Parts: sequence; structure tokens; C-alpha cells
Amino acid sequence: MAQIVGAITTSHVPAIGRAMAKGLEQDAYWKPFFDGFPPVRDWLAEVLPDVAIVIYNDHGLNFFLDKMPTFAVGAASEYRNADEGWGIPTVPAFRGDPALSWHLIESLIADDFDLTTCQEMLVDHAFTLPLALCWPDHRWPVRTVPVCINTVQSPLPSAKRCYRLGQAIGRAVASWHSDDKVLIVGTGGLSHQLDGTRAGFINKPFDLEFMDSMTRDPTWATQYSTAELIERAGTQGIELLNWLVARGALPRSARKLHSNYHIPISNTASGLMLLAA
Amino acid sequence: MICGVNRQPVPGTTIFDGEQAQRGYALNKMTFSFNDAVNRQAFLADEDAYCAKFGLDPEQREAVRKRDVLALIAAGGNVYYLAKLAGIFGLDMQDIGAQQTGVTKAEFQARLQDAAG
Repeated sequence: MAQIVGAITTSHVPAIGRAMAKGLEQDAYWKPFFDGFPPVRDWLAEVLPDVAIVIYNDHGLNFFLDKMPTFAVGAASEYRNADEGWGIPTVPAFRGDPALSWHLIESLIADDFDLTTCQEMLVDHAFTLPLALCWPDHRWPVRTVPVCINTVQSPLPSAKRCYRLGQAIGRAVASWHSDDKVLIVGTGGLSHQLDGTRAGFINKPFDLEFMDSMTRDPTWATQYSTAELIERAGTQGIELLNWLVARGALPRSARKLHSNYHIPISNTASGLMLLAA
Repeated sequence: MICGVNRQPVPGTTIFDGEQAQRGYALNKMTFSFNDAVNRQAFLADEDAYCAKFGLDPEQREAVRKRDVLALIAAGGNVYYLAKLAGIFGLDMQDIGAQQTGVTKAEFQARLQDAAG
């Protein structure tokens, strides 16, 4: 049976893409962020996952407000990104894994998660940048399955629902007939707010408690409504829902191998965690 | 739970809900189109015609004309889509943050640094 080897959760701010394109990783502004990643890359080189299930939110590249799925699963043989309107460079296409995608879809719907399935799907910076941070040479060694969560248009799925979706993904992988080693990636956050007179809001105490809860008490954040999470983490900090899905996919006993936290990159408190299943 | 009188419970924050999504549909549809470079060029070539093509109402048109982010949000704009409009003018998220909070970009950046504690 397939096995989840661990999870990587990281911020996905577009400015990361610009910094990588310009080779600014060791620039004083960026160094505290990028220096978080070598331990992650070392772990990946040791574990060698075969496939990555990437939990992220689309920012208006693939989905528009005409149709806004709460949960969408990619089922394509290949995923590409594209011009998002402000000029971060595109990266090579990602291989899909349609067989695993359809197994996930079958299993999740049997588990009462009503999904949108996507046989064509563009993936935006929230999908591409975390993988580029893991593999900066852009030679993707993994097949991929995108799982897109609506964090854009309220009502959003609750934190509790997102955690349970992760648990259902964990069960789906456990029943997948293959020897694949599966990596879970959860992207976005941590606290930030781009819009309104509260723009620039960052909440370090909340972020640190949230990161601590990922191993100490993984369902801690599920006590909050999405409005309460927006109040604590900001309108875009709500992307921590993607972290909760990723966390839910791992066993409760998952342990932290590495983490990093830095304020700010762009308008965002950046967080990174590496959890072993 | 976001409902009834408490639809917008967070100060300084317009949660992008169904009401905002309806209010801003034309505006967001226009800014969504800026994913394509050809559409960005068309907007720059004739802003009035491009806004008219998407049926922006007078409040939305005026907010676009003034590049006024708070007004764009009040008119139903979603910040992820507005970012594509800002990108046309070479503005990043810190420019937008400074404009919305009424400070200079340097002051806005200093506030972000201060959050590190």
C-alpha cells in the first residue's frame, strides 16, 4: 500500500518567485526565509517521495467567481502554470498522476466529500512556488495531484471540515494499491492581510501557537470559525486552512523535523514546517 | 458564523462574501481578464472602452480611474483580482498596503518589520 512519508507546509507569497528569478536567496532581506529550506531539501533527497499531493488555494488563475468550488481535485496528466498578470516567470510543467487522482476522488466522495474534478487545470503560484522551494532546479522528481481549497470567497469551508478532508486524504492514500511514497504539501499563510485599512496585519503570537499546535494539538485551530481565524490571522492568513488539510492527512503522532518562521516577506509572516508521518 | 447583522465582524476588513461577490462581479471579471497580456495591453490602449466592455458601474469606473484600492474593495473588488490591475501599473502589495492605510511605503514596510517584535 502507498505510504504518506510526511508533510511540508510553507508560505507561497508571489514575491518568493521574483526573488528566486533574480537570485536574491542570500540577499539580507530574503536570507532568513530561504535559509529555512536546505533541511527540507536534505530530507527530500533522503526520503525520495514518488508523488506529491499539493493542498493550495487558487488566486484567480484557474478559477474565476463564475464557478467557485469549495474543494477541487486535479485529474490531469500534466499541470501548467501561466502568466498571472504581474509577471512572475513560469516554470516547467508538472507531471500528474491520473490514477491516484481518480482513486482520491473515488475515496473522498465515498467519504462524503463532494468534490469538483478537473481534467484540465492551471496551477498558480500557490502550487508552483512551494515545489520550486523544494526543488530549485525545477526538475520535478515527483508526480503531482493538486487539491484546491476555496479560501477566496466566503463562505469558506470550516477549519474542522478542512482537517477532516485531510484525514480522508490520509485514508485514501492508505488504501491506494501501490508502493508509492506520498508527500503532502500544504501552502499559504501564515498571518497576513492585503486588503482594507487593516492591511499589513500580522499576528506573531497566533502564528507561533498555530505552528506549535501542529504537533502538540493538531485540531487546536478547529475550535475557531473562519471569521475568528480571519480576525486572528488576517483575510489571507486564512490560507492556514491548507495547512490543516495537510496536517489532517498525517497520523496524530506525526513529529516535527524542522520549522522556520520569519517576518516579513512582502506583507506576510512566513512559516515553514517539515513533519514526518 | 457570518450572518445577519454581523456579516462583517472584523474591523478594517471587508470579508469577500456572496454580497461582495455579486456587487463586484463585473469589476472582478475585468481584472481576471488581465491574466492575459493582450488584455492588459487593450486596457492600457483604451481604458474607457475596456471598462465599458465589462459593464463597470459608475462607482467601479471611478474607483479604477482613481486607482483607489479602498474604493475598489467597497465596489466589490477582490484583492486577488485587484492585484492583477495593480500589476499593470507596476504596483506591488506594499504599495497597495501603504495606499489603503494612508502611510508611505517606507512607513508601511517599517510596520511590517515591527510585527517581528
